[in-house]
Amino acid sequence: MSRVGWIRIAVIAIAIALLEASCRLGLIDHRVVIPPSEMADALVHLLISGQDNDQILRTFGIVVLAAVISAIGGFALGVIIHALPRVRQSLDPFFATYYAVPIFIFYPVMIVIFGLSAIPIVLMGVATAIVAMIIATLNGLDRVPQVLTKVACVHRMGRIATALLLKLPAAAPHLFTGLKLAVSYAFIGVIASEFILAPAGLGRVISDAYTDFDNRKMYALMLLLIIVATVVNMFLHAVDQHLAERRGIGKA
Amino acid sequence: MIATNRAADTVIILIVLLLAWQALHQIVGATALPSPVPTLAYLAKLVPSERFAENAWATLVCFFYALILSYGIGLAIGVWMGVHRLSGAVGEPILISLYTLPKVTLYPVVLLIFGLSLSGRVTFGAMHGVLPVALLTMSAIRNIPPVYLKSARTLHLSRWQTILTVLFPATLPEVVVGLRIGFTLTLLGVLLAEMFAAKQGLGFLIINAMQLLQTEEMVAVAVVLFAFAAVANALLLWIEHRLHRRV
Repeated sequence: MSRVGWIRIAVIAIAIALLEASCRLGLIDHRVVIPPSEMADALVHLLISGQDNDQILRTFGIVVLAAVISAIGGFALGVIIHALPRVRQSLDPFFATYYAVPIFIFYPVMIVIFGLSAIPIVLMGVATAIVAMIIATLNGLDRVPQVLTKVACVHRMGRIATALLLKLPAAAPHLFTGLKLAVSYAFIGVIASEFILAPAGLGRVISDAYTDFDNRKMYALMLLLIIVATVVNMFLHAVDQHLAERRGIGKA
Repeated sequence: MIATNRAADTVIILIVLLLAWQALHQIVGATALPSPVPTLAYLAKLVPSERFAENAWATLVCFFYALILSYGIGLAIGVWMGVHRLSGAVGEPILISLYTLPKVTLYPVVLLIFGLSLSGRVTFGAMHGVLPVALLTMSAIRNIPPVYLKSARTLHLSRWQTILTVLFPATLPEVVVGLRIGFTLTLLGVLLAEMFAAKQGLGFLIINAMQLLQTEEMVAVAVVLFAFAAVANALLLWIEHRLHRRV
């Protein structure tokens, strides 16, 4: 690992150690934050006892479902919109504004329409994620070099062959960036919805633990979420970086 | 010509959204989703009312403080990490992972520290806004073409002259992008905080209306917030485009 990487690990380790020390020394009230070691301990016990494992699986299942719907749906919509320049032009202001609007304000509307079930949560996950995928698909298709289309002409390739053999691989790095965003946005959308109001799920369990002053459980589950989110994002980031380097625009 | 085209496109989108709203209303029924016309009539009555003014003011005050914190802290971190290369290299991946974290999970911690208070909601809003401001400011400073700094040296500019006449204008366009995203996310954070735990503010108004099944009020407040966010974003985008054209 590089020197910078080691320094980064040291910084994080020192931050955790400082938090641990201030909790143990009583600088931070035990009722506010518990020491990191206790969080980890609580998490291990919680996972072994299995009492909330079905809630955890439910939430991650919904995240995966929302991400898959967004990735496939966003790609399909992106391809369709790209083929219709006039529609695309009209949609430009919509895309520019979409992420500026706090779409969570529509979550209660979804609950009233679909009831307090998993459907509004999946929809919120898809709503936060799908537009990023559409934008990435449009970007990817825009950047397919002209010369590739000409090569296809020269070789008399059909439309489908051109799309599969030339356009798709050329757009792939952008599509992956979209996928990366879709996964992390779906994660945020699902967890935040569960937090505000949900019949079940990880967000609900954390919010219940908060209401019950059950700090051990609350911090254990927060730690779990942070670990999962960080690992997934780091993995996607690494693959993204690898693809970027291959197309020659990444950081060397 | 381009301006009229864009205006026409915006109008088209608004009409399509209204039609979609009406169609959804026809499908799910009036109790679940009121149709646009009665909702907008309700909106016209709601906005001048004192109850709305109080809650809107509460949200605005909270948002204002959160925005100042986001911008202040975000710019400070961004400038530091942009100028000091090692800190930037060490800190960037940490900031990026914090950025992609669903920060809503950390709201109970904020609540435990600050209680159900204004400072809690302000902190939570700022937590959302700081990161994009910091990340984009940092990249703006890093991406200054070295030739700018060389010409500043050739012209014997003083430190302050370099900052004011070279560094500031060169970084401004990208910094403004960060400020726009920071604006959006801070608003999101404040509203989420109000939706989860608060007794005032527009986020609270929406959740309260949902629990009382006052769908008209719920949708009306959502429309107000939608309009506010969209207009503010359009304004900031306009500034951004002007800056980009100038450079």
